[in-house]
Amino acid sequence: MNVHVTGGDVGERTLAIVREMKGLEGPLLPILHEIQDEFGYVPQECLPVIARELNLSRAEVHGVVSFYHDYRDHPAGRHVLKLCRAEACQSMGGDDLAERVKALLGIDFHQTTLDGAVTLEPVYCLGLCSCAPAAMLDGAVHGRLDIDGAKDLIAEARR
Amino acid sequence: MTARIYIPRDAAALALGADKVAEAAAREIEARGLDAVIVRNGSRGMHWLEPLVEVETPIGRIAYGPVRAADVAALFDAGLAEGGPHPLCLGLTEEIPFLKGQTRLTFARCGLTDPLSLDDYKAHGGLRGLEKAVAMAPADIVKEVTDSGLRGRGGAGFPTGIKWKTVLDAQGPQKYIVCNADEGDSGTFADRMIMEGDPFVLIEGMAIAGIATGATKGYVYTRSEYPHAIAAMQAAVGIARAAGVLGANVLGSGKAFDMEIRTGAGAYVCGEETALLNSLEGKRGIVRAKPPLPALQGFLGRPTVVNNVISLASVPVIMDKGAAYYRDFGMGRSRGTIPIQIAGNVRHGGLYETAFGLTLGEIIDTIGGGTASGRPVKAVQVGGPLGAYFPRALFDTPFDYEAFAAKDGLIGHAGITVFDDTADMLKQARFAMEFCAVESCGKCTPCRIGSTRGVETADRIARGIEPEKNRALLTDLCNTMKFGSLCALGGFTPYPVMSAMTHFPEDFSPAPLVEAAE
Repeated sequence: MNVHVTGGDVGERTLAIVREMKGLEGPLLPILHEIQDEFGYVPQECLPVIARELNLSRAEVHGVVSFYHDYRDHPAGRHVLKLCRAEACQSMGGDDLAERVKALLGIDFHQTTLDGAVTLEPVYCLGLCSCAPAAMLDGAVHGRLDIDGAKDLIAEARR
Repeated sequence: MTARIYIPRDAAALALGADKVAEAAAREIEARGLDAVIVRNGSRGMHWLEPLVEVETPIGRIAYGPVRAADVAALFDAGLAEGGPHPLCLGLTEEIPFLKGQTRLTFARCGLTDPLSLDDYKAHGGLRGLEKAVAMAPADIVKEVTDSGLRGRGGAGFPTGIKWKTVLDAQGPQKYIVCNADEGDSGTFADRMIMEGDPFVLIEGMAIAGIATGATKGYVYTRSEYPHAIAAMQAAVGIARAAGVLGANVLGSGKAFDMEIRTGAGAYVCGEETALLNSLEGKRGIVRAKPPLPALQGFLGRPTVVNNVISLASVPVIMDKGAAYYRDFGMGRSRGTIPIQIAGNVRHGGLYETAFGLTLGEIIDTIGGGTASGRPVKAVQVGGPLGAYFPRALFDTPFDYEAFAAKDGLIGHAGITVFDDTADMLKQARFAMEFCAVESCGKCTPCRIGSTRGVETADRIARGIEPEKNRALLTDLCNTMKFGSLCALGGFTPYPVMSAMTHFPEDFSPAPLVEAAE
C-alpha cells in the first residue's frame, strides 16, 4: 500500500523529519525519501520548510526533487507496478508485455487507473536480468513475468 | 543431527517464488515433526535453477531446482531432508558444471553462508583480510592492492591501488570511502548479489580501504530499485558495528572506521562517480568536470575513494591470500577474476566468476547454453546500456579490458545481455539514444541535445526517410557525443548505436515505405 493516512499538519511533520535528519552529511535525499515514505509523495508545502531548515533556496530544493525520477509531486495509486524496460527485459519480450499490461490497465506509463488501484511506472533495471522480464509490485519482485502472471499481479492489486 | 535446508533470499530467487517455497518447507517441517532448520542464504548464481533448494548431507550439499511451492511436499516425501532422490534433484551442488567451472574468489561465500551470520562469515574465511590489514602500515596495504593488479570493476578499469595511494597521500581534515553500488546497467546484478548474499565482504573491503587511506567514514550509495540489498546491508552494518568490526576501534586495533547506507532516487547518471558524489551531498546528480579528481576533492570537497562494490569486495581475499595469489589469475593487464553476469535471452543465465580470458563464444554458447528461446543468437550487448552490440563474428574476443577496447567495445561491469534473431538492432540503437535522453543530467550539450536528436534520426531511418543521409548524420552525431560529452553517459552511448549500425547494417536499411499500401 502506498497511500498513507495523513493526519496533522504537513509542515509540522516535515519539520520533525528535517530536524531529525539534518545532522547527516548530505541530508537532503534521506529527508526526501522519508517525506515520500510519510506522505506517499513530496507535497509542495514541504519545500519551503526544508529550504529554510537546510539554509537552501526553495529553487535548489525544487531542483533536487524534480531531478530524481523517484520523487512524486502527487500521490500514486494504492499500488505501484513497475515494469522493467531495460535491454535484458527487452530481449525476453518486455516491450510486448508492457504494451499488453498498458492495454489491460487502460493507462500509459506514469498514469493511475481510474479506480485508483494501480500506478504503472517504467523502471530501468531491477537487477533481475537473468530472469527477465521483471517487475516490481510495491516492494515485491517478480521474474519471468508473462501476461498471465501480470494479470494475477493486477488482480492482487485490485483486491 | 539437525538438517540444514538452504532456500535463497536473493532477489532473483524471491522473484521466482523463493518465499513461497520457504513457507511451504516450514509447514512441511512442522507437520512432519522434522529436526530441520531453514537457512535463507544468498544465491549460488544459477538463476535458471532458482529457487534452488539445498540440503546439507555428509557428502556435501545436495541441490534441488527449480523448486516451486507446489513441489515442496513431494520433495519432503522423497526425503529431501536427507538428500533423497527426486526428479528435481541436481546432485551435489559443487558438481553442477556451471558452478564447478568457476573460480570464486570475490563470490567465494555467496550462496554458501547465511548472509547475516557473522559467525558463518568468519567460519568461511571472513575477516582474515581485515585482521591482517589492521596490523599493517597503510602504505603497505595500498602496495598489496596495487600489486594485485586489481582494476575498478565498475567499468572504467582504473587501478584500484593507485586511486588509494592518491587518497592516502592527500591531506584533509576528513577522508571518505564511497562505495558505488548504483548498479544501473541492464544485464548486471553482481553488486546486488554480493550485497544480498555476502554483505560482510563489502563491509570488510570498505574497512580495509579506510584503514589503508586514513578514511574513517564510508558510504554505500545504492539504488532504490534494490530494496532487498538495502535491507541486507543495513542489517549487516548494524551487526558489524555491534561486533566491533566497525566503529571507533576496528577489531580492537584502535583505528576507526564506520559506514552508512544511502539510497539513490532513480537517476541512472548517479552511477557516474562525480554525479554520485553530488547526489550523496544532497544535490542534483549533475556530473562534475574533472579535475579536480574525487581522490583529492570528492565528497564535500574532501579526499575520497570512490570504488565499485566488486572492487571493494575483492580486497579482502587479496589481503588474506596475498597480491600474488590474485594476480596469478587473468591475462594481460586484466588480472584476477571477474564476475560475469549472463542475462537476457539465455538458457543458463546467472553469475559466473572466472579469471579473465574466456572468449565471448565460450561464455554465451558453452556456459550460457545459447538462447532461452532456442533461436540463434543475433547479438550480445556487453557492458550495459553503454556497451557495444557484438555479432557472432566477434565471439572469439577474449574477456579482457584491452581486447574489448580493441574491438570498439567495453567490458563495463561485465554484464552480458543476449538477444536472439528476432531483435531489431535499429530499435536497440534508438533505445540507447532514448535512454540517454531520459537519463542525461543535462550539464553538457552533446549528451543533452544529441541524444534527443539521435532518437529523431533513428526514427527517420526507420521510416525510410533519406536513410543514407540520416545514417551519415547519426554517425556524425555519435562522433560528437563520443568526444564532446563530459562523462561516459553521453560519451559511451555511441557504442551501442555505432556497433549496431556497423555490425547489423541490414537492420538500418528498412524497405522504403509504400504509402499507397493502405
